[in-house]
Amino acid sequence: MGHKSYEESIKDVYKGLILLAVVTLIEVGISLFGKGHLGYKPGPEMGWLLALVAIGLIVLSLYKAYFIIYEFMHMSSEVKGLRMTVLMPCLLLVWAVIAFFQEGNSWFERRDLIKEKNERSIKDKKMDIQGSLLQKEETYQM
Amino acid sequence: MATETVVKEHDHHDTNDGGAWDGGKQPFAVSYGKLMMWYFLLSDAFTFAGFLIAYGTLRFSSATWPVPDFVFSTTPFGGHGLPLIFVTFMSFLLIISSVTMVRGVQEGHRENKRGVVFWMFLTIIGGIGFLSCQAWEWNNLINVEHMTVTVNPFGTHTESGTYLEGDDHDINAGDTFAAGDSYLIHQHDGEFHPLKYKTEEGIEKQQEFGPKAFGALFFFITGFHGFHVLSGVVFLIIIMINAASGLYVERKNGYEMVEKVGLYWHFVDLVWVFVFLVFYLL
Repeated sequence: MGHKSYEESIKDVYKGLILLAVVTLIEVGISLFGKGHLGYKPGPEMGWLLALVAIGLIVLSLYKAYFIIYEFMHMSSEVKGLRMTVLMPCLLLVWAVIAFFQEGNSWFERRDLIKEKNERSIKDKKMDIQGSLLQKEETYQM
Repeated sequence: MATETVVKEHDHHDTNDGGAWDGGKQPFAVSYGKLMMWYFLLSDAFTFAGFLIAYGTLRFSSATWPVPDFVFSTTPFGGHGLPLIFVTFMSFLLIISSVTMVRGVQEGHRENKRGVVFWMFLTIIGGIGFLSCQAWEWNNLINVEHMTVTVNPFGTHTESGTYLEGDDHDINAGDTFAAGDSYLIHQHDGEFHPLKYKTEEGIEKQQEFGPKAFGALFFFITGFHGFHVLSGVVFLIIIMINAASGLYVERKNGYEMVEKVGLYWHFVDLVWVFVFLVFYLL
C-alpha cells in the first residue's frame, strides 16, 4: 500500500468496484442462461453445457473471493507466513466438498431402499431379527 | 559476500535476532488484534463452509430441488417473474458497502477523522439497506409464500401433464406442464391446496411438497449471514462513534480498529459471494 500515492489507491478502489460489479452481472447472465431465461433452454441432453455453466459460476465466484481477500482485505501486503496460515487450511475444504457430495450422491441412490425398509411392517422386522443375525444375501450386494 | 557476513555478525551482536522467530520481532508483522481477527475469520469461514456443504449434500441427495430462479423471482413493489433481480441488487449493496469501507480504512491511514466517519457512515447505510432487503425477502417467503423451516411449498414436476384445476394465481385448469417445471403450492384460508393434475398416461395425481430441507437450509444459512451483517452494523456504529469522538487520534496505533472492523465487513461480503453462488446462481 505504502508505495502507491493516495490518488492512485483511490482509483484502484473504484476500479475494484467496477470489476466486482461486472463479474457479478456476468454471473447472473450465465445463471439465467443456464436456467433458460435468455431464449435458449439447455435440455437434459445438454448436460455438458449445464456443467460448464456451473463450473463458470464457481470459477467467477472464486475469483471474486480472491479479489476481495487480496485487494480489499490487503492480504497481498501481508507477510507470507500470515497468508499461508490463513489460506492453506481452506484447502481442507476441497476434500470436504468431494467427500460430502459423494455421500449425498450415495444417499440419493439409496433413497428407494430406505423408503422400502421403512415401510416394512414391524412383524417383518421382528422376523428378521429373530431369524438370524445374518441379513439376506441381496442386502450385501447393495 | 564478505560485506554481507560482516553485516550479519554486526546484527547478532546488536539485537540477537537471526530469524523472524527468534524473538524481539513480530513474525507476521501485524498486531495481535489484526492477526486474531484473521484467525477468527478463518474459523468463521469453516462454519459457513459447513453450512453450504450441507446444502450441497442434501441437494445432491434429493431427486428434485426447488429451482432458485423460480423461488426468488419476486421483488418489492409487485414485481413478479423477475428471476434473481432483487438478490442481484442486494449483492450490489454489499459490494458497494465493501468499497466504502475500503475508503474509510484509507482515510484512517491518512489520519483524516472526517473522512473515516463519512465513509463508515455510508458503509452502515449499505449494511442497513441489505438487512432491510433481507427482511423483505424473508417476510415474502414466510407470510406470502408460506415457506417455513419444516414446510417447503416449492415443488418440481417429475413428469409432464395437465392441470385439472387452477389456483387463483397463475395456474388455470387445462394448463400443461413439463417434467422439471417448478410450482408453488398456494394457501387459501390457512390451508395448503395442492392442485390435482393428470399425467400423460392419464393417471390422476396431485402436487407434492418440495424437499423439506430447503426451507431449513435457507432460513438457517441466510439467517446466520444476516446475523453477521447485523452484528457488523453494530460494530461499525460503535467504531464510527469512537472515531468521531476523537478516540483514535490519541491512540498509538491510530485507526487500526477501523481496519479490524473493515476486515470483518469484507468477510461478510466474501461469504455473501458464496451464499449468492450456492442459493441463487447454481
